[in-house]
Amino acid sequence: MLVSLNWLKQYVDIDGIAAEELAEKITRSGIEVDAVIDRSKGMTNVVVGHVVSKEKHPDADKLNVCQVEVGEGDIRQIICGAPNVAAGQKVIVALPGARLPGGVKIKKAKMRGQESNGMICSLQELGVEGRVVPKKYAEGIYVLPEDTVPGSDALELIGLRDTVLELGLTPNRSDALSMLGVAYEVAAILSKEVKLPEIAYNTISEKAEDYIKVRVEAKENPLYAAKVVKNVKIAESPLWLQQYLMAAGVRPHNNVVDITNYILMEYGQPLHAFDYDALKTNEILVRLASEGETIVTLDDQERTLKAHNLVITNGQEPVAIAGVMGGANSEVTTDTTTVVIEAAYFDGFSVRRTSKELGLRSDSSARFEKGVDPNRVLIAGERAAQLLAELAGGEVLEGTVAVDDLDKSPARVVVSPDFINNRLGMKISLEEMLSILNRLQFDVEAANGLLIIDAPTRRQDIKIEEDIVEEIARLYGYDEIPMTLPEGNEQIGGLTPYQEKRRIARNVMEGAGLLQAVTYSLTSDELAQKFTLKAEDTTRLLMPMSEERSTLRQSLLPHLVEAASYNIARKADSVALYEIGSVFLGKTEEELPFEEEHLALIVSGKWVDHAWQGEKLSVDFFIAKGIIESLFEKLGLTDRVSFEKASVDGLHPGQTAAILLDGEKVGLIGGLHPTERKRYDLKETFVAELNLNAVLAAQVEELVYVSVPRFPAITRDIALELDRSKPAGEIIEIIRNAGTKLLKEVKVFDVYEGDKMEAGKKSVAFSLTYFDPERTLTDEEVVSAHNKVLKALTEAGAELR
Amino acid sequence: MEQQLKQLEQEALAKLQAASNLKELNDVRVAYLGKKGPITDLLKGMGKLSPEERPKMGALVNTVRENVTAQLEEKVAVLEEQAIYEQLEKESIDLTLPGRKVRQGNRHPLTRVIEEIEDLFVSMGYEIAEGPEVEKDYYNFEALNLPKGHPARDMQDTFYITEETLLRTHTSPVQARTMELKKGEPIRIICPGKVFRRDNDDATHSHQFMQIEGLVIGENIRMSDLKGTLDALAKKMFGDDREIRLRPSFFPFTEPSVEMDISCFKCGGNGCNVCKHTGWIEILGAGMVHPNVLEMAGYDSKKVSGFAFGIGAERIAMLKYGVDDIRHFYTNDSRFLSQFHRTER
Repeated sequence: MLVSLNWLKQYVDIDGIAAEELAEKITRSGIEVDAVIDRSKGMTNVVVGHVVSKEKHPDADKLNVCQVEVGEGDIRQIICGAPNVAAGQKVIVALPGARLPGGVKIKKAKMRGQESNGMICSLQELGVEGRVVPKKYAEGIYVLPEDTVPGSDALELIGLRDTVLELGLTPNRSDALSMLGVAYEVAAILSKEVKLPEIAYNTISEKAEDYIKVRVEAKENPLYAAKVVKNVKIAESPLWLQQYLMAAGVRPHNNVVDITNYILMEYGQPLHAFDYDALKTNEILVRLASEGETIVTLDDQERTLKAHNLVITNGQEPVAIAGVMGGANSEVTTDTTTVVIEAAYFDGFSVRRTSKELGLRSDSSARFEKGVDPNRVLIAGERAAQLLAELAGGEVLEGTVAVDDLDKSPARVVVSPDFINNRLGMKISLEEMLSILNRLQFDVEAANGLLIIDAPTRRQDIKIEEDIVEEIARLYGYDEIPMTLPEGNEQIGGLTPYQEKRRIARNVMEGAGLLQAVTYSLTSDELAQKFTLKAEDTTRLLMPMSEERSTLRQSLLPHLVEAASYNIARKADSVALYEIGSVFLGKTEEELPFEEEHLALIVSGKWVDHAWQGEKLSVDFFIAKGIIESLFEKLGLTDRVSFEKASVDGLHPGQTAAILLDGEKVGLIGGLHPTERKRYDLKETFVAELNLNAVLAAQVEELVYVSVPRFPAITRDIALELDRSKPAGEIIEIIRNAGTKLLKEVKVFDVYEGDKMEAGKKSVAFSLTYFDPERTLTDEEVVSAHNKVLKALTEAGAELR
Repeated sequence: MEQQLKQLEQEALAKLQAASNLKELNDVRVAYLGKKGPITDLLKGMGKLSPEERPKMGALVNTVRENVTAQLEEKVAVLEEQAIYEQLEKESIDLTLPGRKVRQGNRHPLTRVIEEIEDLFVSMGYEIAEGPEVEKDYYNFEALNLPKGHPARDMQDTFYITEETLLRTHTSPVQARTMELKKGEPIRIICPGKVFRRDNDDATHSHQFMQIEGLVIGENIRMSDLKGTLDALAKKMFGDDREIRLRPSFFPFTEPSVEMDISCFKCGGNGCNVCKHTGWIEILGAGMVHPNVLEMAGYDSKKVSGFAFGIGAERIAMLKYGVDDIRHFYTNDSRFLSQFHRTER
């Protein structure tokens, strides 16, 4: 909502208050002023000129040489290129030395050899937005009324010596979608009175009801009133009206349309003007559209209607879409003489739905949607009749033809001052409360310790006690509220075990050198199921904004791979990222997907790079695996985790494993498939992803101290020749199972494949540690235990080297 | 014999001085003081001396021996010191070369902000509640006093999945779910999480972002409690000398509703480009829980009251760290992420 202060002054006294100060007061008490716009924009030396003569420029087809009187007897030659300039016009002239918006400075100049002492201006050149400039002047200079005086201040005349407040209105304050609504608000803030427009006009003896009948067949339209005005002369509106409309961001058209728009802005009540003769039937019937019915709207678009759309008809065909837009068939044109003014109350929900469906948002629909003031509908119709008489020479017929079932009673709220003070944590006196409510022009009575309040119907947002709390608080001042902390806390607060462990998981990842990434949950259909062990049904948006963000992910990895690629493309020689986030799998009984929190990581490029020491190491599978193992170790789950060869779309078939916790699959780890590496322009890249919900839910035993060993451990090494494909993990399993309880640890300390081995074979060396916490082991005991291991290995077909 | 002894002593001392390393010195020791050395020989020959001469001579031999030994030990010490010195010299390194750094990662700046806020509220007795990112229309809107067709639904353009399910547009549905779960009991929670709006991504908009919601419900929860709590939050996040102010606003799930500004941390309130020359920076929205919201979740709005607030993590991070483009948070450029490593204050 754009509020011209010149206009606002018509309703409330704001003299003596600077615009900035007023804006601050309005903002602090409830309506945010987004901008304070000085319409003069620092312009100077802009005056009214009288074009005395116009001749073609001798050397330029599109230019005219004009003699312009810019003050009594002060005639100057000005070159003008506007197509609509003509002798006899009163125009706006920027004199040499003038400053215009956008840093334009006017100087004396020669244009193709002809002297030019200023510039004849369009409104756009004076900083008026092109979309509000009357169409007639949109492509050229603006022409002023004939009776304007050359040399006088043109800015004053066209209303640019004005300041406009741009209000950022929240949906509850639709009352401020009108100049009067803003006036009430400002009056409450400044403790002033509101001056309402005086409505008085003469009527002729003919009766409106003899011209038109109104019928309503839809509950969405509880009030429909029609007034009829004859002998209207369609013309341009007076300058003051045009100025106000332009300041409010509305383009002037002609006096009839402008009057309806003016009242829309003044009262917040949308009106519509029909050409009476074009209606043809002397009847208005409001009803729901029949499915598929069509209407050509004012913007010359054919609209197909649905059965729930409310339409105004002439009893036969639609002539307007209620509250949204008029029909072309009944439009006011330059030939119109008799006008029917519609002042109606349309149901907000219905208008909202219709305007949304048709993609037609207008100043009118915006107001109906939020609910107009029931008590202003008929007044607005009267105001229109008055202005049509005053400004368009119309003759108003007697009476209003109306169907009126609208409840216009105010909302009653009963609240105790204690409730208000308790809710605020304050001690505001009853007198102060009454004073505030009076300033707001709420009808209030204090009785039996209660405030009985009838809120004016323009304030549709006032319904309950809490609304009164807010009114009191905002006008009393939020700065006055003290600062306290909630009392009586019985809760200790803290993180859940899951939340604590998740933070620990972050620490482990970061301690391992990974940066935390956050990527988007929405991805493409194609990527949604990539890098998963098992694809589930996907969740897709009803109306995605792009295919790229259309479906919820089932793995964090596709976006992490993209992030790695992004970094490598920007010359990073190493990327190490992790992310914790939700994935979306299948569907629950509640129609929502299962949301699982995952942890994923990616390492790519160099891992170790100690340049001057000559140490460089690229990432490999075991770096990724080591990080995952560190996490399991931190969580006390090492002994419950195993890795099992697996196949995952997008990962290297020979370097991919499923991660199992207590035998259940909880994640995957692997190298990026060479074709994927090529696609994303990545070198060695390894990834892992875990179902964090499952991993962090695993319960571990309480931590209990184990005594530090007092007796020495004894180690024995074994080297085995194995098939290249034989996993070392299986051998460790055999050793563990065969070793007695004396065997405490099995470690791989060497893996060799190469020249010295037979093709298809490898050598793996293990170090076994035997230990008894209670005593020093004897040689015989160790040999006996170790022999059991060797026997088991031989039985399993392993070849000792 | 005495003569002989003196000469030996001179000889030994001379060789001892001449020795340039521990090995040579050891040779000298073996040669003169060893079992087969001349001094030992002299001692062996003492038997031939007369009983009167014997003690005199014995003392003399011992003196010589002690003298040589003492000087030898002195020389050993010198040489040992020299050897250590040489070793140190040889082992000295260029200390200005860079160290072998341990690779370290760090939190995402948004997580950093969220954890900081979580910790503050946990210290004030709050719990952390979380909820699903895909929500029912009911929890996202209806339970929050936003029935179907409510004009305020325009304020948050929504990614719908079906008529009844959607990507949550704020973390407030976690409030609604928690209230339902707590069945009338007092509540103090903070709810961080991802939220989604139908916005084209640009420098100031992101279709996905993070919010932190706070909710307190109990008997006699007042607006002054909200103000005090928000003041603590502002001071924690932006410094102890921050002031806050509340401005009236509108949210369908709170009444009264406010927006909170903090005094500009850059200019201290005098006006600068960070605060757009107003001295104040808008930080968050808050309010007293709307009675309809309480009633819908089964709370008696006549008996209990509550406050709620919602913060955008990106907004806080952008202000706090001076980040100029919201997309940085989701591009995951290592050069951006790794900047949020060190401690502050």
